[in-house]
Amino acid sequence: MASIGIKDVSKIYNGGVTAVSSVSIDIADGEFIVLVGPSGCGKSTLLRMVAGLEAISEGSVTIGDRVVNEVDPADRDIAMVFQNYALYPHMSVYENLAYGLKNRRTPKAEIDARVAEAARMLELQPYLERKPRALSGGQRQRVAMGRAIVRKPSAFLFDEPLSNLDAKLRVSMRGEIKRLQRRVGTTSIYVTHDQLEAMTLADRLVVLSGGKIEQIGRPLDVYHRPATTFVASFIGSPAMNLVTGELHGSKLALGPALIDLGATVPTQGAVTVGLRAEDLHIHDGTKGDLPFRIDYVEELGSQRLVHGVVGDQPLVAAIPSEIPLPETASLSIATAKLHFFDSKSGQRIDWVGEGAIAASIPAMEVAAS
Amino acid sequence: MYRTRLLDHVILLIGVFIMVAPVVVAFMTSTHEAADIHRNGLSLTWGGYFTETYNTVLTRKGGFTGEITGARMIWNSLILGIGFAAGKIILSMLAAYAIVYFRFKLGTLFFWMIFTTLLLPLEVRILPSYEVMNKLSLTNTYTGLIVPLLASATGTFYFRQFFKSVPEELLEAARIDGAGPFKFFIDILVPLSRTMIAAIFIIMFVYGWNQYLWPTLMTTDERFFTLVRGIKQILLVWVGSNIPDYNEAFALAILAMLPPVMIVMIFQRWFIKGLTESDK
Amino acid sequence: MKRVQFSSPYLPYLFIAPQMAIIFVFFYWPSVQAIQSSFYLEDPFGFGSTFVGLSNYSDALGSVQYQSIARFTLLFTVLVTFLSLGIGMLLAVKADAVLKGSSTYKTLLIWVYAIAPPVAGLMGMMFFDQHIGPLVKLAAFFGWDMKVGLNYNDTAIAMIIVSVWKQIPYNFIFILSGLQGIPVSIREAAAIDCRSGMRRFWTMTLPLLAPTAFFLLIINMTYSLFDTFGVIDVMVKDKAANNPITLVYKVYMDGFRGNDLGGSSAQSVILMIVVFVLTIFQFRFIERRVHYN
Repeated sequence: MASIGIKDVSKIYNGGVTAVSSVSIDIADGEFIVLVGPSGCGKSTLLRMVAGLEAISEGSVTIGDRVVNEVDPADRDIAMVFQNYALYPHMSVYENLAYGLKNRRTPKAEIDARVAEAARMLELQPYLERKPRALSGGQRQRVAMGRAIVRKPSAFLFDEPLSNLDAKLRVSMRGEIKRLQRRVGTTSIYVTHDQLEAMTLADRLVVLSGGKIEQIGRPLDVYHRPATTFVASFIGSPAMNLVTGELHGSKLALGPALIDLGATVPTQGAVTVGLRAEDLHIHDGTKGDLPFRIDYVEELGSQRLVHGVVGDQPLVAAIPSEIPLPETASLSIATAKLHFFDSKSGQRIDWVGEGAIAASIPAMEVAAS
Repeated sequence: MYRTRLLDHVILLIGVFIMVAPVVVAFMTSTHEAADIHRNGLSLTWGGYFTETYNTVLTRKGGFTGEITGARMIWNSLILGIGFAAGKIILSMLAAYAIVYFRFKLGTLFFWMIFTTLLLPLEVRILPSYEVMNKLSLTNTYTGLIVPLLASATGTFYFRQFFKSVPEELLEAARIDGAGPFKFFIDILVPLSRTMIAAIFIIMFVYGWNQYLWPTLMTTDERFFTLVRGIKQILLVWVGSNIPDYNEAFALAILAMLPPVMIVMIFQRWFIKGLTESDK
Repeated sequence: MKRVQFSSPYLPYLFIAPQMAIIFVFFYWPSVQAIQSSFYLEDPFGFGSTFVGLSNYSDALGSVQYQSIARFTLLFTVLVTFLSLGIGMLLAVKADAVLKGSSTYKTLLIWVYAIAPPVAGLMGMMFFDQHIGPLVKLAAFFGWDMKVGLNYNDTAIAMIIVSVWKQIPYNFIFILSGLQGIPVSIREAAAIDCRSGMRRFWTMTLPLLAPTAFFLLIINMTYSLFDTFGVIDVMVKDKAANNPITLVYKVYMDGFRGNDLGGSSAQSVILMIVVFVLTIFQFRFIERRVHYN
C-alpha cells in the first residue's frame, strides 16, 4: 500500500510531440483514481510512465516515499492489468499467476498459498491447469487481475482492462473490480475512455484532454460542476447540451426566448450555456420558456430522448417515457441548473444562482498538498 | 457459387497426374532389373527387385575411389540438413531478438547489413566464396559445408517478423513480473515461437538437404558427398557403362527425395505456414 | 520496433555477434573479392594479377557467346516464370473452387516442392532418355525426333519442362493461400453482384491476388536465374558446348573449369546488379503489400 505522487509530469517524444504536459495528481493510499478522456488524450501514456514502461521526460513520479523515475518496472512494486490481458499463452493459469513471484524468488509454499488465495477470490480454482486460450474473455480478464493480486503490490495499474469484453460482461466485471479493490484496499489507477465506467468506478476522476488535466474531482462533483465545456460534453450521457446564449444584466437570451435568471452572472454578452438533457422539462404549447421544434425521438425504455431545435440550435431533452409528447412543445429548466461557460476559453463561470445546488456539494478542488 | 463442376476435378486430376506420375514411375522402375529396364523402358508396375536394388545402392561402396555408400551419403545429407536448420534457427533467433527487443546504437546499421545479404544469392559469388573457404582450409569439412550457407538473412527475417507480431504487452507484463532479457527470451519468447521454430526447421531442413551447388564446390572428397551432390557423379558413371544402371539411378533419386518429401507431406500445415507467412 | 525495449550496453551485441561474424566472413568478404577481382586479370599460372579496369566487363558483354547465353537466359526465365505461374494459378483456383478432396489435391500437388533441382534434373534425363524415355517416345509418336543432350532446342525444351514442373508447387501454395486469405464476405458480396464465375475471377479474384502474383513473379525470376543451376548442370552433363546454358552456369564454367577468375567475377558482378534490381523491386513491393492487408 502506498500513496502515489505525480508531479509536473510531461512526456515529450523525440519528434517534439507532447503527449502529456505538466500533469500533477496526488493519489492517497488506497484511493481508486480513474484517468478518463478520448483516445489520444495521453491517459495511457501517463499510466505507462507510472508503470515505468515509458520514460518520464519531465517531472517526477513518487510511489510511497520513493521517487521512481529511474526505477525498473519490476522494482516499482506495481502490478498492471492490460487491455488484451497479456497472459503468457504457453503457460497454464497457475504458471501465469506464479511467474512474477517465481522471478522474485518467492518460496514455493508462499507462491502456492498466494495463488490459491487469488484463485479463490476470483473463482478461478477450476481453471488453474488450463491454458489461457481455453478460457472465456471474462475468465482471462480474471486471470489478468489475479496476476496483479498475487503480487500484493503497492499499486494496481489498469489499462482499459474491460474494453475487450462485451457490454454485459463489462458491467459485471466492473462491479467485480470495484469490490476487489475495496477488499484488498490497494491504491489503483485505472485508464478508460468510457465515461460511464469512469463514473461508476472512481473515487476520484481525472478528466484529460490533449495531454492536459481538464478537471479532477469526485464523480458527482465532475458531473454537476464540469470545469470546462470539454468535461461537460464528455461526462454524462447523453452529452450536456451546449448552446450559445447572450447575457443582458440578469436576463439570458436563448434563441427566441428571454429567461430571467434572478441574479447576474459575472460576465455579459455572448456565453456558452450548458443544459443537461435530464434537467429539461417538456410542456404542451407555449407553457415553457423555450419554444422547441421536435425532430425525432429515441426510445430508451425507461426514458425517451427528444431531439429538436430551439431557435436554430439543436437540443436533446430526456423525459420519462410515460409523458405524452405534445404537438407543439416548449421546454423549461430550473435556472439553478443552468451552467455557464466562457464562450472563448470554455472555462466554467460560477454564479450565485446555482448556489442552491452548489452549496450541497463540498469543495471539489483537491487539497493542495 | 459452391456448385462443383466436373471440369474442375478433371483439371485437378490432370495436374495431380503430372506432378505425381513421374515420381511413381521412378519408384516402380527402380524395383526392376537394369537389363529389364533397358529392354522394356520405364515401368508402372512392381518389379520385385526392391530389396536387391536398394540394398546395393545403400551398402555397395562406389564412386571413383570406392569409398562411398548410399547410406553414407544419406548420413551426410542429414548432417547438412539438420545442421543447417538448427544453426539457422539459433543464429537468426538471437540476431532477431537483438534487433527487435533492444535499443542499441549500431542496431540499424546491423539490420541493414543483414538485410543486404538477401540481395545477393550464393550463386553470384561462388568463386570468391570458394577462395575464402580455401584460405580458411574449410573445404571437405562439415563446417565448410554448413556454416557459409548460414550467411543469409532469411531466418533472421522470419523471426524478426514473428517477434514484431508478438503483442507488446507480453514484454511489458514480463518486465513488471521481473523478467530480464535472458529470462524473457527463454521463458516467454522461445516457448511462444515453438510453431514458428518447427515451421522454419522444416523449410530449412528441406533447403539444406537439397543444396547442390555449394556441396559440389566444397566437397571433392567423396566421404563428404551428400546424396543430392552425388547425383551428377551417378550420372557420369552411368553414362559410361554398357547397360546403364537405370534402376540404381532411380533408387538414389528416390532416396534423395524421400526425407524432404516425407517431411513436407507430414508437416504440411507448418510447412505452408512457414513458407507463406514469411514471404521468402 | 517495440515501444518498450531492453537497454543493455553489451547484450544486443552478444546476441547479434554470431550472425554478423558469419555474414562478414562468408558474405561481405567474398562479395568484395568478387567485385575486386572483376577488375583484374589473373595470371593463368598463378603469378599474380594485373589491373585491367573494365576490360573483363567489356570482354564478357562484347562476346557473341555471352550475348547468346544472355538471350537464352532471358527466354528461359520468361518461359519458366510464366508457365509455372500460370499452371500453378490454374490449379490453385480449381483447388480452391472444389469442396470435396481439396486437401488431398493440395497434398499431392505440393510434394514436388521438396525435390531438389538436380534430382528433378536426373528424373528429367530418364524421362527424356534416348533409349527408354517415355516422353521421347511420345514425341516420336508425333514424328518429332527428340535428341535431348545433343540437339540444342530439344535440350532447352526438356530443361524448361523440368524447371517448370519443379516450380509449380511453389506457385500453387502461395496462390492457394492468397485465395484462401480473401475474406468470405467479399466472396459472398461478389457472388451476389456478379453471376458469371469467369467474370468474377477477372474482376474480383485476380485484382485481389495481384500482390501475391507480383511477389511470385519476382521469386520465379530468381528461381529461373539461379535455382535451376542443378537442373541444368545435371541435364547438360558437362557438355555445355552445344547445349543451352544460363548465365549462372557460365559463371560457374568460366570460374571452375576455365579458371578465368577475372572474367567469372565480372559476370558475377553483372548478375549481382540484375538480382539487386529485382530484389529492390520486390522489397518495395512487399512494403506496399503491407498496406493492402
